[in-house]
Amino acid sequence: MPLKALDYDSINENVKKTQYAVRGELYLRASELQKEGKKIIFTNVGNPHALGQKPLTFPRQVVALCQAPFLLDDPNVGLIFPADAIARAKHYLLLTSGGLGAYSDSRGLPGIRKEVAEFIGRRDGYPSDPELIFLTDGASKGVMQMLNTIIRGEGDGVLVPVPQYPLYSAAITLLGGTLVPYYLEETANWGLDVNDLQRSVSEARRKGITLRAMVIINPGNPTGQCLSQANLREILNFCYHENLVLLGDEVYQQNIYQDERPFISSRKVLLDMGPPISKEVQLISFHTVSKGYWGECGQRGGYFEMTNIPPETVDEIYKVSSISLSPNVPAQIFMGLMVNPPKPGDISYDQYVRESQGILESLRRRARLMTDGFNSCRNVVCNFTEGAMYSFPQIRLPPKAIEAAKRAGKVADVFYCLKLLEATGISTVPGSGFGQKEGVFHLRTTILPAEEDMPAIMESFKKFNVEFMEQYEDHRGYSRM
Amino acid sequence: MRKSVAGRLKNALALSYQQNHRRWFLSSSHSRFFSSSPPVLDSAASTSMANSSSSPSPSPLTLQTINPKVLKCEYAVRGEIVTLAQRLQEELQKNPGSHPFDEILYCNIGNPQSLGQQPITFFREVLALCDHPAILDKSETQGLFSADAIERAWQILDQIPGRATGAYSHSQGIKGLRDAIAAGIEARDGYPANPNDIFLTDGASPAVHMMMQLLIRSEKDGILCPIPQYPLYSASIALHGGTLVPYYLDEASGWGLETFELKKQLEAAKSKGISVRALVVINPGNPTGQVLAEGNQRDIVEFCKQEGLVLLADEVYQENVYVPDKEFHSFKKVSRSMGYGEEDIALVSFQSVSKGYYGECGKRGGYMEVTGFSADIREQIYKVASVNLCSNISGQILASLVMSPPKVGDESYESYRAERDGILSSLARRAKTLEDAFNNLEGITCNKAEGAMYLFPCINLPQKAIKAAEAAKTAPDAFYAHRLLNATGIVFVPGSGFGQIPGTWHFRCTILPQEDKIPAIVSRLTDFHKGFMDEFRD
Repeated sequence: MPLKALDYDSINENVKKTQYAVRGELYLRASELQKEGKKIIFTNVGNPHALGQKPLTFPRQVVALCQAPFLLDDPNVGLIFPADAIARAKHYLLLTSGGLGAYSDSRGLPGIRKEVAEFIGRRDGYPSDPELIFLTDGASKGVMQMLNTIIRGEGDGVLVPVPQYPLYSAAITLLGGTLVPYYLEETANWGLDVNDLQRSVSEARRKGITLRAMVIINPGNPTGQCLSQANLREILNFCYHENLVLLGDEVYQQNIYQDERPFISSRKVLLDMGPPISKEVQLISFHTVSKGYWGECGQRGGYFEMTNIPPETVDEIYKVSSISLSPNVPAQIFMGLMVNPPKPGDISYDQYVRESQGILESLRRRARLMTDGFNSCRNVVCNFTEGAMYSFPQIRLPPKAIEAAKRAGKVADVFYCLKLLEATGISTVPGSGFGQKEGVFHLRTTILPAEEDMPAIMESFKKFNVEFMEQYEDHRGYSRM
Repeated sequence: MRKSVAGRLKNALALSYQQNHRRWFLSSSHSRFFSSSPPVLDSAASTSMANSSSSPSPSPLTLQTINPKVLKCEYAVRGEIVTLAQRLQEELQKNPGSHPFDEILYCNIGNPQSLGQQPITFFREVLALCDHPAILDKSETQGLFSADAIERAWQILDQIPGRATGAYSHSQGIKGLRDAIAAGIEARDGYPANPNDIFLTDGASPAVHMMMQLLIRSEKDGILCPIPQYPLYSASIALHGGTLVPYYLDEASGWGLETFELKKQLEAAKSKGISVRALVVINPGNPTGQVLAEGNQRDIVEFCKQEGLVLLADEVYQENVYVPDKEFHSFKKVSRSMGYGEEDIALVSFQSVSKGYYGECGKRGGYMEVTGFSADIREQIYKVASVNLCSNISGQILASLVMSPPKVGDESYESYRAERDGILSSLARRAKTLEDAFNNLEGITCNKAEGAMYLFPCINLPQKAIKAAEAAKTAPDAFYAHRLLNATGIVFVPGSGFGQIPGTWHFRCTILPQEDKIPAIVSRLTDFHKGFMDEFRD
């Protein structure tokens, strides 16, 4: 009697437990509706090009030339490619060992890692070592790899902000570790409270968890807050005293929409603090080509930089990287271009600046538009999107709505978001996908829809929200207390 | 890169934690065949860590404190010998003439374009246009690109919402591209393929990892792997905490795979309390190069069906077949031809853009076709794929091109065909030349490379050499490979990196150096080998 090879019960439990709401229930429902012909506005994932943002011209020119080097021999290539793109393509091809089609060094092409190190050096004012920079197929793979290095079993805990980008919760679950939440305070602009952090740590330790690492997302996702220098110092001190590796997710470092708190890297703050802490705290910093004003999500280009990791451990991490052979080479070139963009005087400089500034300024305007739009809605309160790409409004759901959700077998914010989707076609991610305090509900949307579409989208939301609230509020109106 | 693991642990670890860890260091059966040295993890323990400031603890990322599975896994293809080679290369650059050779000849890794193989022009044209679609609107573009490349680029871009090649796609890959791949599979096999069964990944390797993650719950879960094998499998199983259950390919019969051997190993594993979940078959084989006979494949399918095993079919070398008496048959085709459908056999087929005649390793393109799994399991696979959002778009496009290349009548067909045939016939010639060269060396026998990209000669090392290796604390095949490298600059991977029957020694050599370099490789190797045997002959 032939045996059934694989049934649901016998697959890895960790896989079954893993959740990733960004492409979960809401997204799947939205995709179904789209197939049925409904117009859907996908604001569920930070995917700028999918919402009309154009790629920057220069990098696309360079990579296209690298893809097809025979073009470089054609006398007419200058008719459609500017000279600096042609020169840059030649530069990057020389850095490869056989063009885009050869596996590179498992850590990424040395020449590009050098460009990344130089960028970090310029940004922070401290030299960075290319040998400690590993390029990866997107920052997510780097996060997975580092967490896999850190997590030995369920006894290992990783501090993760709540709300968080659910790559962290998903990865920790998949790897069999334990997520130890620390809550960001919504009323204090999603600020981090070190006392709360300490409480989370003590409670975890009481349960026998060994704390290994702390994740910060700066600027925050979904929350958008930009950490101040003082905040970062507190965090680094905390990691120093509690012996935690700091995982600094800095993928949104180009997306800053206020001037009070510009981006400052964890590494810079750490090194500013001087020894012993600057020599002891282990830090992994992540960056990507997917966000910023580049938005090249589909390329899957990222890197992590290691600080204060012993050489033998770096070797082990290198070994694991080598199993995957190498990160994809075109994305490595995108990374090189991102950290080493056209300079004043280059033929493509003006166009590059115009395109980048255009995108950034528009994002800033959209951040404001959306925040204000949400704040003008009944029972909705929204912190300003200081950075990143998202708006995370709090929806104060009336008790009747919460009951209706329960009856429908749905988490309350999922219920709200599904109704929003059905009514307006706006596909968001319920706050429960990111974590939130008990009884407090949010949704995450991106600020990425085109500027000209924003007013209509906010109107559509407002209309739906009014109707929803009227349906579920009692006549006295929902109390804000 | 591997340094000896020595050192003392200075901190407190939970004792019960440490006891759990010990299990991970008890050797599984593969430790006889791979060069891993067990890591050291020990120390005093204390369960309470209430006051962290009381005693200094080591940082979380030290050799003593990182995930032991990371320490345990090995990957010889880019291991020690390669690090050594890179060092020698640096020395040569700084100091030309410092070694008895002018250049390092990397024969360690299936990386064709790093050794001069050219990409297929049509593929690169399409990719360049998809990378920079803005130029499709310019009339000058007609002069720089072939018309069918332009047409194909338009076709592909029309399948991508907003023509946005920089956007995350569907987590299984762009639907239109999966349609093309499914059509390509159907054209290849004569049996239908469902685009929803296809998961596009950054190379085939991540797809293999995904399946190992799904299948392995603990070290009690075993995966049957061929010995010798491509060490992605051993590494992935180790990383996921499972147990590799070896089955031996028979060198004497051209690396034959017998189901009685599979059965024997399966039963042995079961008797040790291992729950064997899947069977890995690499066809054409790596490092061994054999192409399975169809009858053999039917036996394997039947075996998996009877024993309730998932069949993991690594078919990345499907386009690399060099002998007229063998042909590639996909396991999907074989299963379907036996009348077995979704209900009968759980099969995962892996393909890649890295090998074949296209050799696009650096693009990281590939897919797995998943059939015979229930809907709820497929949902789980989708979910895991979604955490990484999607694979790189350019790689996805290339995978679709590989599975649906230019056809007779297309403008680019002739040149495509010439490039393809040129590469494949050259590979076949190099395979034969190197096979003959190895067979001409004293004490070396080499099975034919029927397919793939490697030769895996068996070297009968004299006792003297084996003793010398022992004295140098190196495996005998690594000893030979080191000597070879130092004398000639040629980089082979010692057979212990792939597994071999204990007491036998091999090394893996790729057939990829350009044809004009092969004579030099053969003569240097021959001279070295003669000298080596003169030194160590019993």
